[in-house]
Amino acid sequence: MIALLVRDLKLAMRAGGGFGLGLAFFLIVVTLVPFGVGPKSSLLAAIAPGILWLGALLACLLSLDRIFALDWEDGSLDLLATAPLPMEAIVSVKALAHWATTGLPLVVAAPIFGLLLNLPVEGYKPLILSLILGTPALSVIGTFGAALTVGLKRGGLLLSLLVLPLYVPTLIFGAEMARRGVAGLDNTTPMLMLAGITCGTIALLPFASAAALRVNLR
Amino acid sequence: MMPELGKYADTVLSAYAVSIVLILGLVLVSLLRAKKVKSQLQEVEMKAKGNG
Amino acid sequence: MNSIWEYANPKKFIQTTDKVLPWVSILSCVALVVGLIWGFFFTPDDYRQGSTVKIIYLHVPSALMAINAWMMMLVASLIWIVRRHHVSALAARAAAPVGMIMTVIALLTGAIWGQPMWGTWWAWDPRLTSFLILFLFYLGYIALWAAIENDDTAADLTSVLCLVGSVFAVLSRYAVNFWNQGLHQGASLSLDKEENVADVFYHPLLVCIAGFVLLFIALVLLRTRTEIRARRMRALLARERMG
Repeated sequence: MIALLVRDLKLAMRAGGGFGLGLAFFLIVVTLVPFGVGPKSSLLAAIAPGILWLGALLACLLSLDRIFALDWEDGSLDLLATAPLPMEAIVSVKALAHWATTGLPLVVAAPIFGLLLNLPVEGYKPLILSLILGTPALSVIGTFGAALTVGLKRGGLLLSLLVLPLYVPTLIFGAEMARRGVAGLDNTTPMLMLAGITCGTIALLPFASAAALRVNLR
Repeated sequence: MMPELGKYADTVLSAYAVSIVLILGLVLVSLLRAKKVKSQLQEVEMKAKGNG
Repeated sequence: MNSIWEYANPKKFIQTTDKVLPWVSILSCVALVVGLIWGFFFTPDDYRQGSTVKIIYLHVPSALMAINAWMMMLVASLIWIVRRHHVSALAARAAAPVGMIMTVIALLTGAIWGQPMWGTWWAWDPRLTSFLILFLFYLGYIALWAAIENDDTAADLTSVLCLVGSVFAVLSRYAVNFWNQGLHQGASLSLDKEENVADVFYHPLLVCIAGFVLLFIALVLLRTRTEIRARRMRALLARERMG
């Protein structure tokens, strides 16, 4: 399992796709927003948590189809499937690798991008906390979508169509938690809900992803 | 026979129009597809029998 | 051997629905015509909402069916996963577009109704928002069916998607509720509950709901028959190419 994780991480680093692309995309989204809504700093501060969450979500989406696509093409996915490792573990490791290469850098970079959007000082802690809690769910749900569409030739667009509705609860609670934190309100309820969703998806969705993957490898 | 709809006539009528058009469209599409597939299947089955 | 699973045999299904389908279709036509004419021509205006209350005869039944269609797809998907009856998977596939159209009708009539009543076509009210999300789920489900060539693979994957999607749809419903309350307090634009509807409006509404249910059943039966035939045709064509 650890070998698989290390291999996935290495591949992502070497291809230069994982870290770089997601972060660059995140930066571009954050840069484009002021062009769209105007440079007024009070307005930017008000929408900053939502924009950062949306940017993280879209950056996550961007790299989803890479989770299984490369392994599918060169046949190593079939090898993995026949390995003694249960499919659920493979899927979980894949999700973890995806999170480590996309979710984690986004969390680390979020404060810098928050600066660009005039995020108030007291907003940083809840924002980062919400991203730490929420991005694993994004990766796990995304892995499910990737497992569904792995065999398809034009899976990319379909993948977004399938995954985005599933992101709704995570986005709502994550952004709500950050927004309340910025406004100085109590954000315990959305935080607990967000943590619950993340734990629930991590615990249950790998089974669905593994089932989908098995069907696709049949 | 038309009931007095008052100032909301446009609203009510457009809601009914939209819904009825959508439902009829769905029914029509379903019926047409059913017919098409049925005749195609018959053709294919005839062919299969002819060959076998 | 006279169990419900007999109808899982495609041939048996087609034979049975041959007899049932005309009746269901006629009944649904009658119920819809009676209900809508009753509602449109012979009910008084509401003292608050004026004549717009007549939209309820389309809005409420279509909204109900939009949700029930998804439930039916969920049950059909479960049956497919557990017992692997092809008719079940095909019925789920047949129901999806019907459910999507119902969602669209509910959304459109809601928007048309909301314009004079709330002064806006669209508000991010919990109910409206969750219906929009439901619409997205239908879109994804139908797109996945359309994208996969192998029938059994498609049935398996869409079933899994339907199960997961159901959980997330319910989650979204609660999340949206929470989110909107968090945004602006007390901006509840939701419709009157059925209990609040007076009898004058309630009876024709019941007829309309029955009409929509029957219409849904008729359409699903019809479309399932089409899917069964289309599947058989594909199988025959494939065999021909092989031979």
